Amino acid sequence: MIWILPIVVVLLIFWVVGLYNTLVRLRKRCDNGWAQIDVQLKRRYDLIPNLVETAKGYLKHEREVLENVTKARQQAINASGVKDQAQAENFLSQTLRSLFAVVENYPDLKASKNMLAVQEELVSTENKISFARQHYNDTVMRYNTRTKVFPSSVVANMFSFDEREFFELEDAAQREAPKVDFS
Amino acid sequence: MYDQISQNKRNSWLLVIVITVFLVLLGYLIGEYWGRGYGYGGIVFALVIALISGLTSYYGGAGMILALSRAKRIEKKDNPQLFNVIEELTIAAGVPMPAVYIIEDSAPNAFATGRDPEHASLAITKGLLEKLSRDELQGVMAHELSHVQNRDILFSMMVGIMVGSIVLVSDFFVRSVIWGRGGRRKGGDKSSGPLILIGLVLAIIAPLFAKMLQLAVSRQREYLADASGAQLTRYPEGLASALEKISGDKEVLEVANRATQHMYIVNPIKPFEKRAKSLFSTHPPIEERVARLRAM
Repeated sequence: MIWILPIVVVLLIFWVVGLYNTLVRLRKRCDNGWAQIDVQLKRRYDLIPNLVETAKGYLKHEREVLENVTKARQQAINASGVKDQAQAENFLSQTLRSLFAVVENYPDLKASKNMLAVQEELVSTENKISFARQHYNDTVMRYNTRTKVFPSSVVANMFSFDEREFFELEDAAQREAPKVDFS
Repeated sequence: MYDQISQNKRNSWLLVIVITVFLVLLGYLIGEYWGRGYGYGGIVFALVIALISGLTSYYGGAGMILALSRAKRIEKKDNPQLFNVIEELTIAAGVPMPAVYIIEDSAPNAFATGRDPEHASLAITKGLLEKLSRDELQGVMAHELSHVQNRDILFSMMVGIMVGSIVLVSDFFVRSVIWGRGGRRKGGDKSSGPLILIGLVLAIIAPLFAKMLQLAVSRQREYLADASGAQLTRYPEGLASALEKISGDKEVLEVANRATQHMYIVNPIKPFEKRAKSLFSTHPPIEERVARLRAM
């Protein structure tokens, strides 16, 4: 019967290695999910000058709104730290929303081909940001569950797989994906 | 929502197991008919048939279906909004961007194909783009992308192959009974009479039964794709109203036929809805799908 022992030990090792690899893979996915959010945020910064440029010609009397957007963008780019960043992003979303509200009053601008294209890109980017956050949170949930549930929790403790934080929005209005509807 | 998804996966795997057992049983009976003790040979025979047809459609299936539906590949510049809608969903699902195809037809419909997320293609009719709002389009694309993510295309391919093999093997069996009397089985013993009878009955009902199971799987997977699509967009209403629009549309999708009908988001064969509740439909009734989406 003694011969069964090494087999059990080998199987056990394989099993632990499997669990360990699963955890590593999930943790990598969390990192990747976080990076994806940044990619989309960056995309939004890149699109804003385009938007401002398109709208400038039509919105001669609404200079303030446009300046606010530009300012908010700069703040968001310069922000450091999670909390600062979140605040700056919130502010940027707000200024964008008020800009789009103003655009409603300018039918020419609203109907212009360039504006429609920029708007579509921006709406899509807003969606991508919230979908990236959603994906990040889904991934973190899967990872955290794995670190908590037996038997992978044992492996997680052994190799200190720490729990990840969810991406949360403080502003209740922000919870609703920023809806910019032009239809 | 999560319950629906996990329950659904269980159900469809159960169905696949039943079908496989069926095929193995049939193979065994054939083998036994050929000669006592050849039962296992029969099983191998049945599985080899399944394997050959499996490999063919695994590597060549997607291209064939797209060509059959006269779908044309497009780039981002051809329709930025459509690409944006799909890109958003690939981010939500964490899957690579699929190839996008357009079918020049005014009837609104869509399907997904490809063996895994890396080789996936979405095909959308012109009519769908024209008739749906952005949110509705996103709902439909989420449904299709869920088919990709859940590996439904591979899954239905597998089930289709199993069913096809059962039909083939049964046919083979029936023919060999009819033509082979006193052929291979010279001086056969009397006790195998009942076996032949069981085999014959089985061979006749098997294809029918297998087909019914296949359709049951297909219907389950439609519900599953609806649910996981809604999980991606977090907005079930988009898909619900899209389904109503598509099924309420009067136009007929000309490129669809009996071979490809099961792939579309809504069955394109028009008299379909009348007998939608029957055991022989590829999709669940629209009202039921919409009701489930709205209950989420």
